[in-house]
Amino acid sequence: MIIAEQKPFEEIKNLIEPAQRVLVVGCGTCVTVCFAGGAREAAILAASLRMASKLNGDPKEVTDVTVQRQCEWEYLDTIAEQINEADIVLSIGCGIGVQAIAERYPKTWVVPGLNTAFLGLPAEQGVWVERCAACGDCILGLTAGICPIARCSKSLLNGPCGGSQDGHCEVNEEIPCAWQLIYDRLQSLGKLEMLYEIRPPKNWRTSRDGGPRKIVRPDLRLSEEE
Amino acid sequence: MSSVNVDYQIVAFCCQYCAYAAADLAGGLRLQYPPNVKIVQIPCTGKMDVLYALQAFESGADAVMVAGCMPGDCHFLEGNFNAVRRVERVKDLLRQIGLEAERIRMFHISSSMASQFVAATEEMLRTVEAIGPNPLRVSGKAHPQETCGLPSG
Ligand code: SF4
Ligand code: SF4
Repeated sequence: MIIAEQKPFEEIKNLIEPAQRVLVVGCGTCVTVCFAGGAREAAILAASLRMASKLNGDPKEVTDVTVQRQCEWEYLDTIAEQINEADIVLSIGCGIGVQAIAERYPKTWVVPGLNTAFLGLPAEQGVWVERCAACGDCILGLTAGICPIARCSKSLLNGPCGGSQDGHCEVNEEIPCAWQLIYDRLQSLGKLEMLYEIRPPKNWRTSRDGGPRKIVRPDLRLSEEE
Repeated sequence: MSSVNVDYQIVAFCCQYCAYAAADLAGGLRLQYPPNVKIVQIPCTGKMDVLYALQAFESGADAVMVAGCMPGDCHFLEGNFNAVRRVERVKDLLRQIGLEAERIRMFHISSSMASQFVAATEEMLRTVEAIGPNPLRVSGKAHPQETCGLPSG
Protein backbone atom coordinates (compact mmCIF):
# COMPACT_ATOMS: atom_id res chain seq x y z
CA MET A 1 0.00 0.00 0.00
CA ILE A 2 0.98 3.66 -0.25
CA ILE A 3 2.33 4.87 3.09
CA ALA A 4 2.02 8.51 4.07
CA GLU A 5 2.13 10.68 7.16
CA GLN A 6 0.50 13.94 8.06
CA LYS A 7 2.44 17.12 7.52
CA PRO A 8 3.30 19.19 10.60
CA PHE A 9 0.23 21.10 11.80
CA GLU A 10 1.95 24.47 11.40
CA GLU A 11 2.71 23.74 7.75
CA ILE A 12 -0.93 22.76 7.14
CA LYS A 13 -2.11 25.94 8.86
CA ASN A 14 0.13 28.02 6.56
CA LEU A 15 -1.09 26.19 3.46
CA ILE A 16 -4.74 26.99 4.18
CA GLU A 17 -4.05 30.46 5.61
CA PRO A 18 -5.56 32.51 2.76
CA ALA A 19 -8.83 30.54 2.71
CA GLN A 20 -12.04 30.99 4.65
CA ARG A 21 -13.97 27.83 3.69
CA VAL A 22 -11.76 24.78 3.86
CA LEU A 23 -12.77 21.28 2.77
CA VAL A 24 -10.62 18.47 4.16
CA VAL A 25 -10.87 15.50 1.80
CA GLY A 26 -9.87 12.10 3.17
CA CYS A 27 -9.31 8.90 1.25
CA GLY A 28 -10.75 5.54 2.30
CA THR A 29 -8.03 3.28 0.94
CA CYS A 30 -4.22 3.18 1.56
CA VAL A 31 -3.98 6.25 3.78
CA THR A 32 -6.88 5.04 5.92
CA VAL A 33 -5.06 1.87 6.88
CA CYS A 34 -1.81 3.72 7.61
CA PHE A 35 -3.83 6.11 9.79
CA ALA A 36 -2.75 9.21 7.89
CA GLY A 37 -5.76 10.34 5.89
CA GLY A 38 -8.95 8.34 6.45
CA ALA A 39 -12.34 9.51 7.68
CA ARG A 40 -11.23 9.62 11.31
CA GLU A 41 -8.07 11.58 10.57
CA ALA A 42 -10.04 13.96 8.34
CA ALA A 43 -12.50 14.64 11.18
CA ILE A 44 -9.67 15.11 13.70
CA LEU A 45 -7.79 17.48 11.40
CA ALA A 46 -10.93 19.48 10.57
CA ALA A 47 -11.82 19.87 14.26
CA SER A 48 -8.23 20.84 15.11
CA LEU A 49 -8.12 23.47 12.35
CA ARG A 50 -11.50 24.89 13.37
CA MET A 51 -10.35 25.28 16.96
CA ALA A 52 -6.89 26.61 16.09
CA SER A 53 -8.27 29.20 13.67
CA LYS A 54 -10.88 30.30 16.19
CA LEU A 55 -8.22 30.75 18.86
CA ASN A 56 -6.23 32.69 16.28
CA GLY A 57 -9.09 35.17 15.95
CA ASP A 58 -9.79 34.14 12.34
CA PRO A 59 -12.40 31.36 12.62
CA LYS A 60 -12.44 29.26 9.48
CA GLU A 61 -15.28 27.11 8.25
CA VAL A 62 -13.61 23.70 8.04
CA THR A 63 -15.62 20.67 6.98
CA ASP A 64 -14.51 17.20 6.01
CA VAL A 65 -15.56 14.46 3.67
CA THR A 66 -13.96 11.15 2.76
CA VAL A 67 -14.25 9.27 -0.51
CA GLN A 68 -13.49 5.60 -1.00
CA ARG A 69 -10.61 6.36 -3.40
CA GLN A 70 -9.35 9.85 -4.14
CA CYS A 71 -7.46 8.63 -7.20
CA GLU A 72 -10.54 7.82 -9.32
CA TRP A 73 -12.77 10.31 -11.11
CA GLU A 74 -15.96 8.45 -10.22
CA TYR A 75 -15.43 8.91 -6.50
CA LEU A 76 -14.32 12.53 -6.87
CA ASP A 77 -17.47 13.31 -8.86
CA THR A 78 -19.62 12.43 -5.85
CA ILE A 79 -18.24 15.40 -3.87
CA ALA A 80 -18.36 18.00 -6.66
CA GLU A 81 -20.76 20.25 -4.79
CA GLN A 82 -18.63 20.36 -1.63
CA ILE A 83 -15.45 20.94 -3.61
CA ASN A 84 -16.99 23.76 -5.60
CA GLU A 85 -18.22 25.49 -2.44
CA ALA A 86 -14.78 25.48 -0.81
CA ASP A 87 -12.15 28.22 -1.12
CA ILE A 88 -9.48 25.60 -0.67
CA VAL A 89 -9.36 21.82 -0.65
CA LEU A 90 -6.96 20.24 1.83
CA SER A 91 -6.42 16.74 0.53
CA ILE A 92 -5.22 14.11 2.94
CA GLY A 93 -5.01 11.48 0.25
CA CYS A 94 -1.60 10.55 -1.14
CA GLY A 95 0.03 12.74 -3.77
CA ILE A 96 -2.02 10.95 -6.41
CA GLY A 97 -5.24 11.99 -4.70
CA VAL A 98 -4.15 15.63 -4.52
CA GLN A 99 -3.34 15.62 -8.26
CA ALA A 100 -6.55 13.81 -9.15
CA ILE A 101 -8.54 16.59 -7.46
CA ALA A 102 -6.46 19.26 -9.22
CA GLU A 103 -7.03 17.56 -12.57
CA ARG A 104 -10.75 16.93 -12.11
CA TYR A 105 -11.45 20.40 -10.69
CA PRO A 106 -9.39 22.88 -12.76
CA LYS A 107 -10.75 25.90 -10.86
CA THR A 108 -10.07 24.49 -7.39
CA TRP A 109 -7.05 25.37 -5.27
CA VAL A 110 -5.91 22.13 -3.69
CA VAL A 111 -3.08 21.64 -1.17
CA PRO A 112 -1.59 18.49 0.37
CA GLY A 113 -2.03 17.66 4.05
CA LEU A 114 0.18 14.56 3.85
CA ASN A 115 3.72 13.70 2.90
CA THR A 116 3.51 10.60 0.72
CA ALA A 117 6.43 8.48 1.85
CA PHE A 118 6.75 5.06 0.19
CA LEU A 119 5.20 1.76 -0.88
CA GLY A 120 5.27 -0.63 2.02
CA LEU A 121 3.47 -2.59 4.65
CA PRO A 122 2.65 -2.42 8.36
CA ALA A 123 5.42 -4.53 9.94
CA GLU A 124 3.73 -4.31 13.32
CA GLN A 125 1.09 -2.11 14.93
CA GLY A 126 2.16 1.50 14.33
CA VAL A 127 5.26 0.65 12.26
CA TRP A 128 5.39 0.86 8.45
CA VAL A 129 8.33 -0.19 6.31
CA GLU A 130 9.28 0.25 2.66
CA ARG A 131 9.09 -2.77 0.38
CA CYS A 132 8.92 -1.68 -3.26
CA ALA A 133 10.23 1.23 -5.31
CA ALA A 134 7.98 0.57 -8.34
CA CYS A 135 10.99 0.05 -10.63
CA GLY A 136 8.80 -1.31 -13.40
CA ASP A 137 10.83 -4.49 -13.96
CA CYS A 138 10.47 -6.73 -10.92
CA ILE A 139 13.43 -8.91 -10.02
CA LEU A 140 12.01 -10.51 -6.87
CA GLY A 141 12.21 -13.87 -8.65
CA LEU A 142 16.00 -13.61 -8.56
CA THR A 143 16.30 -12.38 -5.00
CA ALA A 144 14.23 -14.80 -2.94
CA GLY A 145 11.30 -12.41 -2.76
CA ILE A 146 13.26 -9.64 -1.04
CA CYS A 147 13.65 -6.41 -2.99
CA PRO A 148 17.21 -5.06 -3.18
CA ILE A 149 16.03 -1.97 -5.08
CA ALA A 150 13.84 -0.69 -2.25
CA ARG A 151 15.51 -2.35 0.72
CA CYS A 152 19.24 -2.13 -0.03
CA SER A 153 20.39 1.43 0.63
CA LYS A 154 22.47 1.33 -2.56
CA SER A 155 19.96 -0.65 -4.63
CA LEU A 156 22.73 -3.13 -5.42
CA LEU A 157 22.03 -5.96 -7.82
CA ASN A 158 25.03 -8.01 -6.67
CA GLY A 159 25.30 -7.59 -2.93
CA PRO A 160 26.15 -7.37 -0.22
CA CYS A 161 28.62 -4.50 -0.23
CA GLY A 162 31.56 -4.30 2.15
CA GLY A 163 29.51 -2.25 4.60
CA SER A 164 27.25 -5.10 5.63
CA GLN A 165 27.92 -5.63 9.38
CA ASP A 166 26.33 -8.45 11.36
CA GLY A 167 23.19 -8.24 9.28
CA HIS A 168 22.97 -4.45 9.50
CA CYS A 169 23.42 -1.92 6.72
CA GLU A 170 26.32 0.49 7.06
CA VAL A 171 24.03 3.42 6.35
CA ASN A 172 22.17 2.95 9.62
CA GLU A 173 22.25 0.23 12.24
CA GLU A 174 18.48 0.10 12.25
CA ILE A 175 18.35 -0.97 8.60
CA PRO A 176 18.63 -4.72 8.09
CA CYS A 177 21.06 -5.42 5.21
CA ALA A 178 18.78 -6.48 2.36
CA TRP A 179 21.50 -8.62 0.83
CA GLN A 180 22.05 -10.45 4.11
CA LEU A 181 18.30 -11.13 4.17
CA ILE A 182 18.47 -12.37 0.57
CA TYR A 183 21.46 -14.59 1.38
CA ASP A 184 19.78 -16.06 4.47
CA ARG A 185 16.55 -16.77 2.66
CA LEU A 186 18.25 -18.32 -0.37
CA GLN A 187 20.24 -20.49 2.03
CA SER A 188 17.17 -21.65 3.93
CA LEU A 189 15.47 -22.45 0.60
CA GLY A 190 18.53 -24.38 -0.58
CA LYS A 191 19.10 -22.05 -3.53
CA LEU A 192 22.35 -20.34 -2.61
CA GLU A 193 23.84 -21.21 -5.99
CA MET A 194 21.66 -18.49 -7.49
CA LEU A 195 24.15 -16.00 -6.10
CA TYR A 196 26.89 -17.30 -8.41
CA GLU A 197 25.21 -15.57 -11.27
CA ILE A 198 26.36 -11.98 -11.73
CA ARG A 199 23.44 -9.70 -12.55
CA PRO A 200 24.12 -7.17 -15.29
CA PRO A 201 23.18 -3.53 -14.74
CA LYS A 202 19.43 -3.04 -14.57
CA ASN A 203 17.63 -1.18 -17.30
CA TRP A 204 16.26 1.81 -15.43
CA ARG A 205 14.16 3.08 -18.30
CA THR A 206 11.19 1.23 -16.83
CA SER A 207 11.76 3.19 -13.63
CA ARG A 208 11.81 6.98 -13.31
CA ASP A 209 14.75 7.30 -15.71
CA GLY A 210 12.44 6.85 -18.68
CA GLY A 211 10.25 9.79 -17.60
CA PRO A 212 6.64 9.58 -16.34
CA ARG A 213 5.22 6.12 -16.96
CA LYS A 214 1.99 4.96 -18.48
CA ILE A 215 0.28 1.63 -19.02
CA VAL A 216 -2.30 1.10 -21.74
CA ARG A 217 -4.45 -2.03 -21.92
CA PRO A 218 -6.18 -2.12 -25.30
CA ASP A 219 -8.44 -4.96 -24.15
CA LEU A 220 -9.90 -2.77 -21.43
CA ARG A 221 -10.32 0.42 -23.42
CA LEU A 222 -13.78 1.58 -24.39
CA SER A 223 -14.44 2.22 -28.05
CA GLU A 224 -15.41 5.68 -29.27
CA GLU A 225 -19.12 4.73 -29.40
CA GLU A 226 -19.17 3.62 -25.80
CA MET B 1 -7.60 32.97 37.25
CA SER B 2 -10.59 33.28 39.56
CA SER B 3 -13.18 30.54 39.55
CA VAL B 4 -15.93 32.89 40.68
CA ASN B 5 -18.89 33.03 38.30
CA VAL B 6 -17.39 30.51 35.94
CA ASP B 7 -19.50 27.43 35.42
CA TYR B 8 -16.69 25.05 34.61
CA GLN B 9 -17.64 22.02 32.57
CA ILE B 10 -15.70 18.81 32.99
CA VAL B 11 -16.64 15.84 30.82
CA ALA B 12 -15.67 12.52 32.39
CA PHE B 13 -15.58 9.51 30.09
CA CYS B 14 -15.92 6.63 32.55
CA CYS B 15 -15.55 2.92 31.91
CA GLN B 16 -18.70 1.06 32.97
CA TYR B 17 -16.70 -1.61 34.79
CA CYS B 18 -14.74 0.66 37.09
CA ALA B 19 -14.84 4.46 37.25
CA TYR B 20 -18.55 4.63 36.37
CA ALA B 21 -19.29 2.14 39.15
CA ALA B 22 -17.00 4.14 41.48
CA ALA B 23 -19.01 7.29 40.70
CA ASP B 24 -22.17 5.32 41.44
CA LEU B 25 -20.72 4.10 44.71
CA ALA B 26 -19.72 7.66 45.61
CA GLY B 27 -23.36 8.59 45.15
CA GLY B 28 -24.52 5.65 47.25
CA LEU B 29 -22.09 6.63 50.01
CA ARG B 30 -23.33 10.23 49.82
CA LEU B 31 -19.82 11.43 48.95
CA GLN B 32 -20.07 14.75 47.21
CA TYR B 33 -18.14 15.54 44.06
CA PRO B 34 -18.16 18.78 42.04
CA PRO B 35 -21.39 19.28 40.07
CA ASN B 36 -19.22 20.51 37.17
CA VAL B 37 -18.50 16.92 36.26
CA LYS B 38 -20.69 15.44 33.52
CA ILE B 39 -20.25 11.70 33.29
CA VAL B 40 -20.38 9.84 29.99
CA GLN B 41 -20.50 6.08 30.38
CA ILE B 42 -18.41 4.11 27.90
CA PRO B 43 -18.13 0.32 27.68
CA CYS B 44 -14.34 0.45 28.18
CA THR B 45 -11.82 3.30 27.96
CA GLY B 46 -10.55 1.40 24.92
CA LYS B 47 -13.67 2.86 23.23
CA MET B 48 -12.35 6.34 23.96
CA ASP B 49 -11.83 8.11 20.67
CA VAL B 50 -9.57 11.09 20.08
CA LEU B 51 -12.56 12.73 18.40
CA TYR B 52 -14.79 12.41 21.48
CA ALA B 53 -12.32 14.53 23.39
CA LEU B 54 -11.85 17.05 20.56
CA GLN B 55 -15.62 17.41 20.18
CA ALA B 56 -15.97 18.02 23.91
CA PHE B 57 -13.37 20.80 23.74
CA GLU B 58 -14.83 22.26 20.57
CA SER B 59 -18.21 22.36 22.29
CA GLY B 60 -16.70 24.36 25.10
CA ALA B 61 -15.77 21.79 27.74
CA ASP B 62 -13.03 23.09 30.04
CA ALA B 63 -11.56 19.70 30.79
CA VAL B 64 -11.91 16.06 29.87
CA MET B 65 -11.28 13.17 32.23
CA VAL B 66 -10.83 9.64 30.97
CA ALA B 67 -11.24 7.17 33.80
CA GLY B 68 -10.54 3.49 33.34
CA CYS B 69 -9.56 0.41 35.28
CA MET B 70 -6.35 -0.02 37.23
CA PRO B 71 -3.39 -1.00 35.04
CA GLY B 72 -3.66 -4.74 34.37
CA ASP B 73 -7.31 -4.93 35.44
CA CYS B 74 -9.03 -3.95 32.20
CA HIS B 75 -12.12 -6.08 31.54
CA PHE B 76 -11.00 -6.20 27.90
CA LEU B 77 -7.36 -6.76 28.88
CA GLU B 78 -5.72 -3.64 27.48
CA GLY B 79 -8.38 -1.05 26.66
CA ASN B 80 -7.09 1.25 29.39
CA PHE B 81 -3.55 1.13 27.97
CA ASN B 82 -4.91 2.09 24.55
CA ALA B 83 -6.76 4.96 26.23
CA VAL B 84 -3.53 6.22 27.84
CA ARG B 85 -1.96 6.48 24.38
CA ARG B 86 -4.98 8.25 22.95
CA VAL B 87 -5.00 10.74 25.80
CA GLU B 88 -1.35 11.46 24.98
CA ARG B 89 -2.31 12.03 21.35
CA VAL B 90 -5.05 14.45 22.42
CA LYS B 91 -2.50 16.32 24.54
CA ASP B 92 -0.31 16.72 21.45
CA LEU B 93 -3.28 17.90 19.41
CA LEU B 94 -4.29 20.40 22.11
CA ARG B 95 -0.79 21.90 22.11
CA GLN B 96 -0.92 22.27 18.32
CA ILE B 97 -4.37 23.81 18.48
CA GLY B 98 -3.26 26.27 21.15
CA LEU B 99 -5.04 24.84 24.21
CA GLU B 100 -3.39 23.59 27.40
CA ALA B 101 -2.51 19.89 27.39
CA GLU B 102 -3.47 19.68 31.09
CA ARG B 103 -7.10 20.00 30.09
CA ILE B 104 -7.23 16.25 29.50
CA ARG B 105 -6.07 13.57 31.90
CA MET B 106 -6.26 9.82 32.29
CA PHE B 107 -7.17 8.30 35.67
CA HIS B 108 -7.18 4.70 36.86
CA ILE B 109 -10.01 4.08 39.31
CA SER B 110 -11.45 0.69 40.27
CA SER B 111 -15.14 0.20 41.05
CA SER B 112 -14.53 0.27 44.81
CA MET B 113 -12.51 3.50 44.77
CA ALA B 114 -15.35 5.96 45.39
CA SER B 115 -13.28 8.42 47.42
CA GLN B 116 -10.49 8.32 44.81
CA PHE B 117 -13.09 9.15 42.16
CA VAL B 118 -14.16 12.16 44.20
CA ALA B 119 -10.50 13.18 44.67
CA ALA B 120 -9.86 12.87 40.92
CA THR B 121 -12.79 15.13 40.04
CA GLU B 122 -11.71 17.70 42.63
CA GLU B 123 -8.19 17.60 41.27
CA MET B 124 -9.43 18.15 37.73
CA LEU B 125 -11.54 21.08 38.88
CA ARG B 126 -8.51 22.64 40.60
CA THR B 127 -6.56 22.21 37.35
CA VAL B 128 -9.13 24.09 35.25
CA GLU B 129 -9.52 26.74 37.93
CA ALA B 130 -5.79 27.33 37.67
CA ILE B 131 -5.70 27.56 33.86
CA GLY B 132 -9.08 29.22 33.39
CA PRO B 133 -12.05 28.54 31.11
CA ASN B 134 -11.78 27.06 27.64
CA PRO B 135 -11.33 30.11 25.37
CA LEU B 136 -13.41 28.37 22.68
CA ARG B 137 -16.57 28.83 24.69
CA VAL B 138 -19.03 31.27 23.20
CA SER B 139 -20.39 32.43 26.55
CA GLY B 140 -19.94 31.34 30.14
CA LYS B 141 -21.75 28.11 29.37
CA ALA B 142 -20.54 25.21 27.36
CA HIS B 143 -22.73 24.51 24.34
CA PRO B 144 -23.12 20.93 23.30
CA GLN B 145 -22.72 20.26 19.59
CA GLU B 146 -25.83 19.04 17.88
CA THR B 147 -24.30 16.24 15.93
CA CYS B 148 -21.61 13.84 16.90
CA GLY B 149 -19.79 13.93 13.55
CA LEU B 150 -17.92 10.70 14.19
CA PRO B 151 -17.23 8.77 11.03
CA SER B 152 -19.06 5.49 10.98
CA GLY B 153 -17.21 2.21 11.03
S1 SF4 C 1 12.23 -5.23 -7.93
FE1 SF4 C 1 11.21 -3.36 -8.55
S2 SF4 C 1 9.02 -3.90 -8.74
FE2 SF4 C 1 10.05 -5.59 -7.66
S3 SF4 C 1 9.71 -5.08 -5.48
FE3 SF4 C 1 11.69 -4.19 -6.05
S4 SF4 C 1 11.25 -2.08 -6.69
FE4 SF4 C 1 9.31 -3.21 -6.64
S1 SF4 D 1 25.07 -2.99 3.84
FE1 SF4 D 1 23.58 -4.29 2.76
S2 SF4 D 1 21.73 -2.99 2.60
FE2 SF4 D 1 23.41 -1.63 3.16
S3 SF4 D 1 24.15 -0.86 1.21
FE3 SF4 D 1 25.41 -2.69 1.65
S4 SF4 D 1 24.38 -4.40 0.69
FE4 SF4 D 1 22.93 -2.68 0.70
